[in-house]
This record gives sequence, structure tokens and C-alpha cells, in this order.
Amino acid sequence: MTALYDVLIGPFVEFAFMQRALAGALMLSVSACLVGVFLMLRRMSLMGDAMAHAILPGAAVGFLLYGLQIVPMTLGGLAAGVIVALGAGVVSRLTIQKEDASMAAFYLISLALGVLIVSLRGSNVDLMHVLFGTVLALNNEALTLIGTITVMTLAVLAVFWRALVAECLDPLFLRSVSRLGPPVHFIFLGLVVLNLVGGFQALGTLLSVGLMMLPAAAARFWTSRVGPMCLLAVAIGAVSCVSGLLLSYHASLPSGPAIILSAGAIYIASIVAGTRGVLATRVRHASHRTA
Amino acid sequence: MSVCVKFTDLTLGYNSHPAVHHLTGTVQAGSLTAVVGANGSGKSTLMKGIVGMLRPLSGSCTIAPGIRLAYLPQQSELDRSFPARVIDLVSLGLWPRRGLLGRHRLEDREMISKALSAVGLEGFDERPIDTLSGGQLQRALFARVLVQDADLILLDEPFNAIDSRTVVDLIELIKRWHGENRTIMVVVHDLDLVREHFPEALLLARRLVAWGDAQKTLAPDNLLRARQFNEAWDEDAPWCMSEGGHDHDRAVLHKGGHAGEAGRRGAA
Repeated sequence: MTALYDVLIGPFVEFAFMQRALAGALMLSVSACLVGVFLMLRRMSLMGDAMAHAILPGAAVGFLLYGLQIVPMTLGGLAAGVIVALGAGVVSRLTIQKEDASMAAFYLISLALGVLIVSLRGSNVDLMHVLFGTVLALNNEALTLIGTITVMTLAVLAVFWRALVAECLDPLFLRSVSRLGPPVHFIFLGLVVLNLVGGFQALGTLLSVGLMMLPAAAARFWTSRVGPMCLLAVAIGAVSCVSGLLLSYHASLPSGPAIILSAGAIYIASIVAGTRGVLATRVRHASHRTA
Repeated sequence: MSVCVKFTDLTLGYNSHPAVHHLTGTVQAGSLTAVVGANGSGKSTLMKGIVGMLRPLSGSCTIAPGIRLAYLPQQSELDRSFPARVIDLVSLGLWPRRGLLGRHRLEDREMISKALSAVGLEGFDERPIDTLSGGQLQRALFARVLVQDADLILLDEPFNAIDSRTVVDLIELIKRWHGENRTIMVVVHDLDLVREHFPEALLLARRLVAWGDAQKTLAPDNLLRARQFNEAWDEDAPWCMSEGGHDHDRAVLHKGGHAGEAGRRGAA
């Protein structure tokens, strides 16, 4: 029993940095996993990845001007993300180009700009800092920021839930009964940017997408309703955070990848064992029902 | 009888090419109209124009104030892989009454189950939508229209790829709506169906060919005229210069007024 305690609970009780990391990661999984479910359902799973790259130049500008400080980097990242999201969204609505193509174009421009800015001063080590985050060094400022983002995300999702579901399920219908369709899309993109920016403090720009998408993708194999899928994604995200942090603590692994790989393991297990996964749908029953 | 929808020299189209050309007329409240015409004759475009999803190139389309509208598009953008149940899909129809935040009440749930049984989908409430057949999905969408409880109902080719029994059921539903004094416009391809069930018809061939009593509208000479229109756009067509029609450009040529399109095809 004590051994179990030492392995699972001890690190979080003993060390303040582990408590902070846990609090930050859990709050982030509540909001990012919810956003991830809708990203996946809107077939925009890769757009999260693109947006994560898109926020780099903003964060880099903040980093260049003020060093590794959370507020300037966050605001910079937010600005860059919003510009790219709006740019891609506007191009896709005003021209024949679909959003995946315009998003790819905008994020590549943004990413190149970001790498350029980072290389203007400093070395690749700095870039690694921006890209891979520092969940084990979350200060009060960062925790407050993540907490605020979580509350905002939950509030916005609660208010716009019905519109978001309708926009995913039948956008043409929503357009015929309401003008909310386009605004809801942009509000949602805003949430994506906000959560990625919150995530890059904890996990880095590259891995924050993982916490957003992997639990959502795993949850898809277990249920065919949106509400339960959201709850399940959050639960998977939380479990991944805890196990990732423990792995990182006990095996001296980097925390970000440990969290994402934990989520990855759950994803792969879900593909195989989920109620809508490979085993359940591909294995033939010897008999079939009459109707 | 009051006017429900009014077209005033309405031209709708894409990239300055008209798809519905100079349409003028009124749809009476409580009427049941079949919209007929060949592929590319502007039927779906007209529906989009009435819903307001497509802005006129010129002229106007006005709907009487206070009219609640329900629209069932031909090419639904419905995502069938979305994790929703039939009841979730049909509940969308509550939007006009409950909006974004209004609570769905007990009476709403009753209305939904009544709508489901009216289209013959009792017991389908909990079924995921990706398990429905084409006909079942169309029934569910009709149930959603029922729940919308609209005054003006626009159905764009609702009988496509639907078996005859389902067509009969859906026609019954449309007739019920007609009896409840709702205004209904249905895009239909099957002319026999129109002659049998629809009091009025609107025959389009980009421009209006005939509009009124269904039997007269579908008379052979009208149908012949409707067939002789040039479906393709002419990129170099001169600007349409008819009265008040300067707002849209690159229009199809009018050679001596509205017979122009047919005439041009004959000459080609």
C-alpha cells in the first residue's frame, strides 16, 4: 500500500512543482480536450497542428522582446493565431479556396516568420524552449493564465453549445434559421487559439496539440454521442496528465512528451478495444440477429 | 388571400451569370406550388434566394413580415458521421422557438415524438443518424420540418432516391401542411406527381415559362418551350440591358426579349 502511495501520490504531495504541474495540466485538459472533440468532429484535426505552428511568430516576438515571460509570449501568440485564423477563414469564405488550403498557406508563412524571428537572436536552444514548454516550471502567473483560459473556454462552450453542435451537424440548416453560423465558427477558432496558447506554456506549441487531439480521437472509439464523448475526452486527458507526470518523475523523462505518449497509449488501446473500435466492429459474430 | 412571397424583377445567379432571370410574381399564402424545370433551370437557386442565402443580382424577393420559414435543401450539408441521435437531429427544429439558450421543455419533447410518429419513425429516437437509410433520414428531416412549425415551407427535391411508399407518406404530410394553411413550395422532377398532387406549378427555364394552375402550366407547349433553353453560360454574353437590370453584368443575351434564349439555341 505504501509502495503504491509512493509511486502514485507521493510525488504530488511532496513537491510543490509537481502540484503546480498537475494543476496546470488538469485545468488544460478540461478545456483543451473539449475543444479537441469539436475540432475532430469538424474534421479540423490537423488544423490544431497548423494553428500551433501559426502562433510561433507571435510568441517568438514576445520572447525576443521580453525573454521567457508568460504574458508577452501569450499575447503575441494570441495575436498571431487570431490573424492566421481570421485570414484563413476570410479567404475561404470570400473565395473558392477551401479552409484547409488557406490555413496551410497562412500557417506556413507564419511558421517561417517565427523561425526567422527566433533565429535573429539566440540559438536553437531558445527555440526548443518555445517549442517544448516547461510544465515542471509553472509559476503562479502561468497557472492563473491557464485557469482563466479554462474558465473562458467552459463559459463560451456552455453558451454556444447548441450553435456549435448545429454548425457541425447541419451548417446549412443553421444558416436557414439563424445568423449565428459564421460567428460561431470564428468564436470556435478563437477558442482553439486560446487553448493552444495556454498549452504552449505547459507543453510547448508542438505538444499542446497532442493534449487537444489525442484524448478526443481516443474518445471517438467509445461513444456515438457528443456529450459523453466530451466527458470521456476530458477524463482521458486528465489520466494522461497524471500518468505522464508520474512517468516523467520516476523515469526522469521530459514531462511534455511523457504526457502526450500516455495519451497516445490510450488512443492506441481505444482503437483496438473501444466499443466502436477494431475488435468490436471487425470481429464477425458466428450468428446474426433476425432484425 | 394574402401574399406570402413576392418576386419583383428578381435575378439570382453566380459570378454575374443569371440562374433565375427577371422573375416577377407572387406566391399566395396557403398555396401549394410545385417548382419544375430541367436541370440547371434555376429551381434550387430560387429556393436559396427565398431563404436569403443568395443575394439577388438585381430585383428583390420579399417575404411577408412575421413569416416563419423552414427549408430542406437538396444537397444537405448534413454530416452523417457526426455523433448524433435521430432525436438530436429533429430537436434542431426547435431552434426558431427556443433559439440558442432556451430550455427544451416537456411539451417540446412531446412535439418531437409526435413528429417522429407522424413520419413513421416511432422508436427511432435513440438511433445514431449514421445507421439510418436514405429514406429514413429523409423522414427524419421531414420530422424536423414538422417541429419547426413554419408558415412557409421550402422543400428542394425531397423525393430524390426515395422509394414509392415513402414518397406517398411524405406527400400525405405535405397535403396535411397544405390543409393547415401553410405555404409550401416543392421542387419536383416527377411531372406525374405534380399533376396528381399539386394545385399550382411554377415552370422555370432560367426565366419564367409558366406559373399557375398545374395542369395548364404543364401543358405540352409550355414544356417544349421550357426544354429549349441553353443550359450553359456564355462567358462573353453581353450585359443584360432590360429595364432596371443594370445591377448585374455578363448576363445571358436577350434577343428580342424573353424568347431570346430559345431563339439563340435554335440559331446555333
